[in-house]
Amino acid sequence: MKNPCYINGIGAVNAQGTWSDDPFTHIAEISNPLTMAIQPSYKELIPPAMIRRMSKGIKMGIFASQQALDDAAMGQVDAIITGTGLGCLEDSEKFLRNVLDNDEQFLTPTSFIQSTHNTVGAQIALRLGCKSYNFTYVNGATSFESALLDALIQMESEEANHVLVGGIDEIAGQTFVLKQLVQEVKANGTEEKLRDSQSPGVNFGEGGTFFALSTAKKDNTYAQILDVSIQNKSATEELTDFVTSFLTRNQISLADISAVVIGNNGDLVYDKYYTSFCTLFADKPQIFYKHLVGQSDVAAAFGLATAAFVLKNQIIPEAIQWNAVKHSALNYVLLYNQYLGKDHSLTLLHHVET
Amino acid sequence: MQNGIAITGMGIVSAIGLSVADNLNSLRNAQKGITQVDNFETSLRDRVRVGEIKLSNEQLSEKLHLPIDNSMTRTGMLGALAAQQAVANAQIDVTSQNYRTGLVSSTSVGGMDITEKYFYAYENRPELHRYIASHDAGVSSQHIADHLGLKGFVTTISTACSSAANAIMLGAQLIKSGRLDRVIVGGTDALSKFTLNGFNTLMILSDTYCKPFDQNRKGLNLGEAAAYLILESDEIVRKENKKVLAYLSGYGNANDAFHQTASSENGEGAYLAMQKAFKIARLSPQDIDYINAHGTATPNNDLSEGRALIRVFGERVPAFSSTKAYTGHTLAAAAGIEAVYSILALQNDLLFPNLNFETPMEEFQLLPQMRLLHQSVNHVLSNSFGFGGNCSTLIFSKA
Amino acid sequence: MEELKEELKGKIIEVLNLEDVAVADIDDSDALFGDGLGLDSIDALELIVLLDKEYGIKLSDPKQGKSIFESVNTMAEYIAKNRTK
Repeated sequence: MKNPCYINGIGAVNAQGTWSDDPFTHIAEISNPLTMAIQPSYKELIPPAMIRRMSKGIKMGIFASQQALDDAAMGQVDAIITGTGLGCLEDSEKFLRNVLDNDEQFLTPTSFIQSTHNTVGAQIALRLGCKSYNFTYVNGATSFESALLDALIQMESEEANHVLVGGIDEIAGQTFVLKQLVQEVKANGTEEKLRDSQSPGVNFGEGGTFFALSTAKKDNTYAQILDVSIQNKSATEELTDFVTSFLTRNQISLADISAVVIGNNGDLVYDKYYTSFCTLFADKPQIFYKHLVGQSDVAAAFGLATAAFVLKNQIIPEAIQWNAVKHSALNYVLLYNQYLGKDHSLTLLHHVET
Repeated sequence: MQNGIAITGMGIVSAIGLSVADNLNSLRNAQKGITQVDNFETSLRDRVRVGEIKLSNEQLSEKLHLPIDNSMTRTGMLGALAAQQAVANAQIDVTSQNYRTGLVSSTSVGGMDITEKYFYAYENRPELHRYIASHDAGVSSQHIADHLGLKGFVTTISTACSSAANAIMLGAQLIKSGRLDRVIVGGTDALSKFTLNGFNTLMILSDTYCKPFDQNRKGLNLGEAAAYLILESDEIVRKENKKVLAYLSGYGNANDAFHQTASSENGEGAYLAMQKAFKIARLSPQDIDYINAHGTATPNNDLSEGRALIRVFGERVPAFSSTKAYTGHTLAAAAGIEAVYSILALQNDLLFPNLNFETPMEEFQLLPQMRLLHQSVNHVLSNSFGFGGNCSTLIFSKA
Repeated sequence: MEELKEELKGKIIEVLNLEDVAVADIDDSDALFGDGLGLDSIDALELIVLLDKEYGIKLSDPKQGKSIFESVNTMAEYIAKNRTK
């Protein structure tokens, strides 16, 4: 029997603020093409000598990771695994601009050092004095799922019992001007909520979401993660096969799924993948979340938090109901995400009796 | 007896050769690939030496037979060249439905070489827009997968200078966990003004040939390269009677948790990574015949790594060398090309020299391997350490 | 000299992003590294660029910084002696 993987703690910073016991009641749906996270106060958490160099991505990562550890009452971990699609964009752009604008003169090291993709994972390790396994994934919209799969493998193979896993992406200047130029992000002034979207592109939202995972369950365990599957490409007509072969490998059927969590983001061109996925689960409650936090390469980490909340509390708050199907007992929940028709992922969760 | 994960193919492009054979030839003949920067304009040209691949992006694109309007960056193209060699070497069909094939790539710069060229030009030049999405690190992997025709599990690791070691490590674990049957693993990084200037701000670039483990070392030479291995499950190897080049027998990753860029004085992270690799490999330090050291030739790395080696191996540190004096430090690709060199050491019973070494360091008695040496090699340990205290060790064993 | 020292303190606070520190908090003889202001090796590199950019002084070896950056006093003395702008 391989070791199980339980979600024992969650932490997050995003457009709705920070994670709480009641994250889906007082919410504000986003409609801005570029939605910033509501930043908490970091002073209590990070000493001034460290905070002075940190971009918001690093700060969000540190906050969310500590919140997850606190939620799980976990002190030390055996692995820190992070995912980020765009990396430490703020510092990366800052250093690049300095190189280009000053003709390679008078450059300083801080923004270069902090531009490295694994900065958040490294800073968390530094803070916790954690000398164990430390990986960072940078694979577009499956950056977080890659980190999650790695966490599962570490726990299954008994290399780790306690794992901190999370995703972080931040918004920074010019990169998003360019993303709007190629219509990946909706144009400024568009003001469309997800459900009413009439245009291509997405409302982007920055943030960080972390999980404290453990091979042992506790009284306040959210859910068990059974498996993750990643596929770089898929045609809409191949989705059924992607889903059924994943479920078969995990020895369950479509009928066993109690609810699905979908990563639809209001992109008129690519949301057809979700429509297609949902036809497999037309009689099941469908849950969405990107209308709250926006699209980013690691937004699916908030999707996982959403699914974990739903399984733990056995309720589906109105704010995240995509269809009108009422739920009964919530047992297995399946998450599906893709971006621009690429980087497809499935994550399977199970309810835990505590 | 379980020897570890079978390696059935490898491919490499570096400043000392565009194939495995060319690289071996240069290694044997002490031919380094360190020059001035020729491929792009930089004000650092007279002040740094680099391991540059002397092919323009146009030439790379021709070699890969890419369409004229392709959106691949230099990082992606170097990766595709090395990966297609590895696939050909292992004689695998990545499109076959019989096996689950994956790609775990790694990069630190991603598409920065293109971004720094067009960052301000994009807004007024629509014909360049196809490159905008190519900036993100993960896109280089997607491009490599597309070039190979691979549809399936693809991911990208970025942990600075240990990236490719971690990609190799994940690949092995994906096979062990039963999630993949075979996997293409490695890394790619192109030189860019961004990284060159970045390392220059840290004042750790040498203005001449780098001298790993030398008392008078002045810093590193940066380089560009790509290298990939094909890892296959025992079942495929048995069923298809595959030729095995070598085995990946051990791996370990640990964090120094000391400083964002510098290594700790006693090389704690490196020590822990090596210990973990021995545990997985079920080998002990005396089994190692050759160490391909990280050996960047910065004052800090070589001291810290040397101390870690002494902590692990005691008085009897096996023959070791850093091959970065040949290739430059190729960042995310470094552990990939050094994996290829480790396998070449096993296949040819060869120890490669640590070029440019003259004066032993005053802190300890360690002397790197100075000349090419023919000697039986059964197990090779390869170290790679990166920013953020990321330390990785791989152990390769004879097939 | 006093003017240079005050200017220097302001610039150190600015380039090192020392948000909670005011010019008045830094004594001329306070140690900048270690126990004093608590700066580290990355800050030393930032200060080397500060010398170059503001005062036209180029250091080629980071080890030179050790004695120069002991305190605001030592820094100001070195700048006064070697500045080219």
